[in-house]
Amino acid sequence: MMWEVVIGLETHAQLSTASKIFSGASTAFGAVPNSHASAVDIALPGVLPALNKGAVERAIRFGLAVGGSINRRSVFARKNYFYPDLPKGYQISQYEIPVVQGGSIAIVSQTRGAINVALTRAHLEEDAGKSLHEDFHGMTGIDLNRAGTPLLEIVSEPDLRSAEEAVAYAKTLHSLVRWIGICDGNMQEGSFRCDANVSVRRAGATLGTRCEIKNLNSFRFMHQAIEFEVRRQIELIEDGGKVIQETRLYDPDNNETRPMRSKEDAQDYRYFPDPDLPPLVIDDAWIERIGAEMPELPEPMAHRFVADYSVPLTDAVQLTMSRELARYFESTVQAPVGVHLSGKTAANWILGEITARLNRDGIEIEQAPVRPNEFAQLLARFQDNTISGSIAKDVLDAMWNGEIGGDADAIIAAKGLRQISDSGAIEKIVDDVLAANPAIVAEYQAGKQKAFNSLVGKTMAATKGKANPAQVNAILKRKLAG
Amino acid sequence: MITSSVAELSRALLARRLSSVELTGSLLDRIETANRTLNAFLTVDREGAMAQAKAADARIAAGTASPLTGIPLAHKDVIMTEGLRTTCGSRMLENFVAPYSAFVAERLARAGMVLVGKTNMDEFAMGSSNENSYFGPVRNPWNTTCVAGGSSGGSAAAVAARLVPAATGTDTGGSIRQPAALSGVCGLKPTYGVCSRYGLVAFASSLDTPGAFGQTAEDCALLLNAMAGHDSRDSTSVNRPAEDYTRLLREYAANAAAKPLAGVRIGLPREYFGAGTEPGIARAIEAAIAGFRSLGATTVEVSLPNVDYSLPVYYVISPAEASSNLARFDGVRYGHRAAKYDDLMDMYKKTRAEGFGAEVKRRILVGTYVLSHGYYDAYYLKAQQVRRLIADDFRKAYQRCDVIVGPTSPTTAFCIGDNIDDPLKMYLNDIFTIASNLTGTPAISIPCGFDGKGLPIGLQIQGNAFAEAQILNVAHRYQQTTDWHRRVPAGFAP
Repeated sequence: MMWEVVIGLETHAQLSTASKIFSGASTAFGAVPNSHASAVDIALPGVLPALNKGAVERAIRFGLAVGGSINRRSVFARKNYFYPDLPKGYQISQYEIPVVQGGSIAIVSQTRGAINVALTRAHLEEDAGKSLHEDFHGMTGIDLNRAGTPLLEIVSEPDLRSAEEAVAYAKTLHSLVRWIGICDGNMQEGSFRCDANVSVRRAGATLGTRCEIKNLNSFRFMHQAIEFEVRRQIELIEDGGKVIQETRLYDPDNNETRPMRSKEDAQDYRYFPDPDLPPLVIDDAWIERIGAEMPELPEPMAHRFVADYSVPLTDAVQLTMSRELARYFESTVQAPVGVHLSGKTAANWILGEITARLNRDGIEIEQAPVRPNEFAQLLARFQDNTISGSIAKDVLDAMWNGEIGGDADAIIAAKGLRQISDSGAIEKIVDDVLAANPAIVAEYQAGKQKAFNSLVGKTMAATKGKANPAQVNAILKRKLAG
Repeated sequence: MITSSVAELSRALLARRLSSVELTGSLLDRIETANRTLNAFLTVDREGAMAQAKAADARIAAGTASPLTGIPLAHKDVIMTEGLRTTCGSRMLENFVAPYSAFVAERLARAGMVLVGKTNMDEFAMGSSNENSYFGPVRNPWNTTCVAGGSSGGSAAAVAARLVPAATGTDTGGSIRQPAALSGVCGLKPTYGVCSRYGLVAFASSLDTPGAFGQTAEDCALLLNAMAGHDSRDSTSVNRPAEDYTRLLREYAANAAAKPLAGVRIGLPREYFGAGTEPGIARAIEAAIAGFRSLGATTVEVSLPNVDYSLPVYYVISPAEASSNLARFDGVRYGHRAAKYDDLMDMYKKTRAEGFGAEVKRRILVGTYVLSHGYYDAYYLKAQQVRRLIADDFRKAYQRCDVIVGPTSPTTAFCIGDNIDDPLKMYLNDIFTIASNLTGTPAISIPCGFDGKGLPIGLQIQGNAFAEAQILNVAHRYQQTTDWHRRVPAGFAP
């Protein structure tokens, strides 16, 4: 029996305003508890909310970036429930009429290729404070620094069909909100949080009962949690059971989801329009002004990379995961190095060698010690066969470490790394290698293909890797055959 | 002298015939004595008041005084006043000292008014008799077995007994005008949004309106001049050019001989003149209308077909908003917290059960119910729709008239305890006042006579949005030819 997985994501992106959505208090992370909580955040008697325009502006930016429609009139409602870290006894959130409706996010699925994930809506709301259960014996501490932090809740349609797609969507969304500068995307600090609605159905059947999974604070956990949950639901149904609608919490330590609360416990939030806040009215001029300031977006940029630089789409999508990476790529291929650099090679090297070094050193692309102009120089030497690929990697390491001013040509010259393409010279070295290794030659002639690779390796070693590998191959083959 | 109106006291203070220190000191003495009977004040700040009076005298001497400088004032205890206890008439906030001041409190302080104390009120402004105060009912200066009205009963009684020349109040369904009527003083509820709600402890956010009590319409105008203005902290505060609410009044002074209300069209809604209103009140209103005609006004009958729904609409919307507004009183951050509890839920339940009185609980329950899943459309949404119909009625009426006149309250002051067990009967007190809260329009109650029992009768003058100057003008011209507003309750004559 074929099972189909159906996933929709709800994402809370903390908007990067300096002050809170309804008060002037700072949104900075990590301050002394309750030091960033104003009278409004504490919900003293008599205080009132005043909407932060910057939060609205960021929501509009998002709406434009995903091609959604910006509601000219949206409404803030009160979601009523009691909890110690919810100071007013209600959360102000857009309910019936959100600021953004519709839109989509383009992702590349490993199984389905390029797909558009439809968005239901994105709405503005305030965050709650934090309950600190561990720090006080027999008591709970309340930190209201986070209370009133602006959030954009982005809700997708149930268009995702696997954990892999869910992660691709989340990563694309994550890169988009940073790209357009509305969220710092810091998942450790909770600036970008996802909940997944997961259900399974037999192919072609109507939607199954869903479970909402919370606490997915990394892409890895999201993948693991969804995989676990899908397995759990399928096994449950195949064993004759039924999925019940509930909220489940992912426990990364045990890699499992556990029930948090069922639909029966669902509270009646008694939503009603907040009488303290008139409807949010957005005029065309405001939207136009924000639209005019929008940067080129990752999706069209990726397609441009495919068209202009012949980069494969999957690489182009990778390169446009952040503005800085995309800029690095484009600066590299456009660098004035005398030759027309291959976009495909540049993309390969950036996504491979450069990214590996960034990850190893735990730094971001904008901190890479090798700048695009310098890197382009290196690629030019690789492309014109001055050095081989493996030598180029060594040169890159030297540049990365700042040797000889980080200049590719200087390093190649100083270290004598120029590729040996002189056939006579290579033939002589090959002759030496063959003479010194009769046993391996015998193995090869007995039909052992591996022996050939060994001879190539020995020849390359004898030239300290500088021989042109293609030439070495050809000469060896000729000599062994003769 | 010390029992004079704000306008008269202001002239005396500016002419240095009287000092604020003298005035404030004498009134504090009066308060000390009278409050034992009236229970109008919950907090009296003698020390603070005398310091402010001294500062006011210095300002007057320096020639930088405003017309309100040095005038003693009391705030309803729902208005936050930094450093002073603000109880909302509730056990929940019995010991709550406000850490900041409300916008209107700041404005009146900046004008130089001297805050003598905070006045008693129905708990969280919910009530029409002041019997819902945790600190006991206010007594009516005209008959101390009677209520002073509510919820701003303390402010009304304090002005009626001439303990202060002016006081603030808040009006959500009539909480300024009804006690003004029952206590025989003037009470102005401005247009919603003219005075910021920042620092008013919220009861029903879409209806709550800060306003003023005084002996005369002119005094209310003087206070409104200082209280009105845009406040970016209140998103429902209107941003319009400053207005001098006394300007039409001064025009009259210059032109006393003419028919001062010539050209003013007074609308008389037939819905306001039915049964249900005490005959003595009906007679006094008719006499007042005759007075307006003799001042040159014309009268026209208007109809407000949906106004009868005001009361049910109000008792859906206001409890709904209150149920949410009062959720913050949970014992977590401030205010009352139960001494003993088992867990979080138990703490909430006990704290709120102990901290709130019966009427507040009743309204929280009603409000929670009407917002509940499955009931929202039938109650809250429907009420909001009817609210719009009522506003349409008034809009149409104001095409045919400039102001609408009628009784403020269907009865004069009733005895303490008489209506306490019958909430529905109690709610009827606000039948004439609620509509202007639902429509956000201004209204004033002024004294227009006494009933057979010697209790004051209130006349309500309503106007279209931002027509404060007009209704104040009509009230003022009436007061130039009558002396109902000058009468002082026998026990409190100076």
